[in-house]
Amino acid sequence: MTRAIGKDIPHDSAATHVTGESVFLDDLPPLAGELLAGIVPSPVAHGRIRRLDLSAARNIPGVHAVLTAADIPGHNAFGPAVKDELLIVEDEAVFLGQPLAIIAAETPAALEQARRAVIVEMEELPKLLTIDEAIAAASFLGSHRKLERGDVATAFASAPHTLSGELHIGGQEHFYLESQVAIAIPGEQGQMTVHSSTQHPSEVQMMVAEALGVPFNHVVCICKRMGGAFGGKETQAAHPAMIAAILAARTRRPVRFVNTKDDDMRFTGKRHPFKAVYKAAYTDDGRITALDAQLYSNGGCSTDLSFAVLERAMLHSDNAYYLPAVRITGRVCKTNLPSNTAFRGFGGPQGVAMIETIIEEIAATLNIDALDIRQRNVYSDPIENGLAASAASSSARNITPYGQLVRNNTLPELFNTLRADCAYDARRAEITRFNAASPTHLRGMALSAVKFGISFTRRTMNQANALVNIYQDGSVIVSTGATEMGQGVYTRIRQIVADELGIAYAAVVVAPTSTDKNNNTSPTAASSGTDLNGAAAADACLRLRARLTAVAAGMLARPADGLPAEPDRIRFEDGQVFDTRAPDHVIPFARVCCQAYEQRINLGERGFYITPGVDFNRETGRGSPFLYFTNGVACSEVLIDRFTGELAVTRVDLLMDLGKSINPGIDRGQIIGGFIQGMGWVTAEQLVYGPAGQLLSNSPTTYKIPNISDVPPIFNVTLLPNPNNEVSLYRSKAVGEPPLLLGLSVWLAVKDALSVAGAATGLSLPATGEQILLALAAAAQMRTPQPVST
Amino acid sequence: MSNEETVSGGLSRRAFLSSAGAAGVVSAIEGRIVMAQENGVKTASAVRTPEAGGGAGIVAVTLRVNGKEQKVRIDPRASLLDCLRESVGLTGTKKGCDHGQCGACTVHVNGRRVLSCLSLAMMHEGDEVTTIEGIGQPGNLHAVQAAFVAHDAYQCGYCTSGQIMSGVALLKEPCGPADADVKELMSGNICRCGAYPNIVAAIQQVRKGA
Repeated sequence: MTRAIGKDIPHDSAATHVTGESVFLDDLPPLAGELLAGIVPSPVAHGRIRRLDLSAARNIPGVHAVLTAADIPGHNAFGPAVKDELLIVEDEAVFLGQPLAIIAAETPAALEQARRAVIVEMEELPKLLTIDEAIAAASFLGSHRKLERGDVATAFASAPHTLSGELHIGGQEHFYLESQVAIAIPGEQGQMTVHSSTQHPSEVQMMVAEALGVPFNHVVCICKRMGGAFGGKETQAAHPAMIAAILAARTRRPVRFVNTKDDDMRFTGKRHPFKAVYKAAYTDDGRITALDAQLYSNGGCSTDLSFAVLERAMLHSDNAYYLPAVRITGRVCKTNLPSNTAFRGFGGPQGVAMIETIIEEIAATLNIDALDIRQRNVYSDPIENGLAASAASSSARNITPYGQLVRNNTLPELFNTLRADCAYDARRAEITRFNAASPTHLRGMALSAVKFGISFTRRTMNQANALVNIYQDGSVIVSTGATEMGQGVYTRIRQIVADELGIAYAAVVVAPTSTDKNNNTSPTAASSGTDLNGAAAADACLRLRARLTAVAAGMLARPADGLPAEPDRIRFEDGQVFDTRAPDHVIPFARVCCQAYEQRINLGERGFYITPGVDFNRETGRGSPFLYFTNGVACSEVLIDRFTGELAVTRVDLLMDLGKSINPGIDRGQIIGGFIQGMGWVTAEQLVYGPAGQLLSNSPTTYKIPNISDVPPIFNVTLLPNPNNEVSLYRSKAVGEPPLLLGLSVWLAVKDALSVAGAATGLSLPATGEQILLALAAAAQMRTPQPVST
Repeated sequence: MSNEETVSGGLSRRAFLSSAGAAGVVSAIEGRIVMAQENGVKTASAVRTPEAGGGAGIVAVTLRVNGKEQKVRIDPRASLLDCLRESVGLTGTKKGCDHGQCGACTVHVNGRRVLSCLSLAMMHEGDEVTTIEGIGQPGNLHAVQAAFVAHDAYQCGYCTSGQIMSGVALLKEPCGPADADVKELMSGNICRCGAYPNIVAAIQQVRKGA
């Protein structure tokens, strides 16, 4: 039988992506009477409206509406968890760019004229921009979070070695090429159709309904595809959708909101910057015995997803390493920035950055290779680890600080395999020789790991539904809550439906995601799009096939020849249906569907899936939040010019355990792309703000994402065969986020290189060329004898 | 690579528009650029029903796009990108940054690649413009398009048109044989999904097969 699962089937949209026929939202031609939407952004990061005169703006020809918070028919306050953000400023603006008013006009020119005709006077209020400023002012969102295991105090008191430090971790702009966009089309009786470039159509539907003051069933949100999202369109696609919908409801015309790239960068949330304050205790051979850490994130002006992000950072502060005693507290700082939000990795990268930094520092102090330290600390069975296994501790080095058993643990194997395959030890020796000899350059290398927990940490969200409709010609449409942002979830779902029904991949179409077909869906996020929605689609197929089996059994039965109808013998393969007792007698799948229709058999089915077993108690910080872990390792080598700070990544080797991949080609793309995005975060992408709180790095001119020339010349990607991930769909593993965390190996390699020059301490993230040069210069100055004043 | 188009005595379009401030916009009579008075219009992306923009006037331009003559009446400030997308109706060319930094809007003008967001449409009277739609269609793919499919050289697809337009142009440009040479010539097109190694592989496959 030809199966689609496991094959390198090209992306669902391959043919139209390469010919320019793929329709992105702003490619839709304007509808009759369509208006363009825009905002009047707050010019200050924190301030009170003294005067807002809209009369001149309203009189500009071609301007149809200039609305304020008072004009919103429903709720102005919104948010995915806590409704603590105002779409339009009522009195006090809390970030630069928060809308003071929204405008609908016939042309961009009229829109711009109206924007300029608005008279705004604001009283500036004291603003907070950074984590340190917020901590000093005790400006926090919500309460603190805690994760604790073991006796941290005793572990520190009895430790032969301790270290402490601070790590400053920068944010990251999503820089999806397609900026935020939405089109709202008013319908009959208060209904609204919203086309949105969103990872979360259900949330857009609910937010729009609440803004309009209508029931949820009055709003349909549709998303065909996104031009990239990376988390930035999980909650924050709601803003443009709400703005377009409010204006559409008022004007009774279709309204389109398209952000310019600059505005998108200036006014939307980003990856959370973090500050980690840590203390670690460890043994003579580098085993960590205790971690005591405080994590502070910069949440921006409102809650958004900040607590889920913080929680994932805390839950990934162990990364691949067993930590016997742990105390981690977390706080979200409230500042006057656009609310920071989901970004691929979702806090995980920040937690991992801290523990990997600690390992590098232990290695430097003990003068032991950091990879040896990692392998000594990695989650492992006691036997593998060479320890005597008492009953109580038999699995102790396999349990996370929150109490989850690390099952099907491939981490030790990943480390061992890559260490050998990338010739780590020989290259380490060569790098040491090079660094001793070179007066101009430094080389560094790091081999780090990722263990990424798969599932939403909020239990409720681990559910999905799917609708599968079969037509009389045997062709099939499937729709789920999964949204396509390039990651190939539509392709994988097509593969799954094709195989479950035993038909050709080409016989299946994935319909655009929309809330009238699939309700109460979770965002396509947390790497779980295929795991959840694919399983729901498979569930629907299972029941459809059972019904078709009964029909086919009747069609294939030949009682006269001693072959009574026997459903257990019916097979669906390659678009054909047959009875295993007479396999030469095949009938097309389409004929069975046609016959089922004649017999009045239901040819549509709704599938449903919930992730089994996951549970996590936020209050106690304990539980098993994840269905499984996606694991991987990466070895990165860098070359630094000591006189310019210029950084080149010269070689990367990646090894990942993705279970049994549903589509290895697409998975490899995710690995490569995720790694490159992580590499950008740790080396080049620096968010720079001016004194007024304005983002200065607000375009690709000033904000540098990885370019094709930044891709390492040697870049090897390998999958570790692992057929044993029994808990997930077809034993596959989620891939979207984990490879991004392996980008940290580049930063760790920089730290390794700088340690040769005594310049690694206190290195912040990202390590831009400028940061590297400053670190080298500071270290050189420290080494120069200073005149002593007496 | 085309950079900022030059108008009016060597001043770049961007510098010109910003220095013109609230008082000036570009207008044109028979392809000649003159100043016109208008109140406070900054951007050149004002094509959607430009009549309502007020004061800027409309110019008639004839372009040859993908071998077909296209007579359009456009706002003289319109970029080639907006003209193609909104007046000609070819949306395969994408708007990424609208600053000439991302490459998503790459098209060919008289066989050379140009960033259509940085080029005024009316300066292309009589020029031969090729967009992604003119490169190949489903069932009739150009070798570069087919290689992009074979190598998964995209994810979300938003930058893909521009990547392919650069890749096709690169085939006729002086480019060394190494991957590094291809990277250098493709460095004007960014891909946030990070499909870069696949893009290099796709282009190299075509070059080695040709």
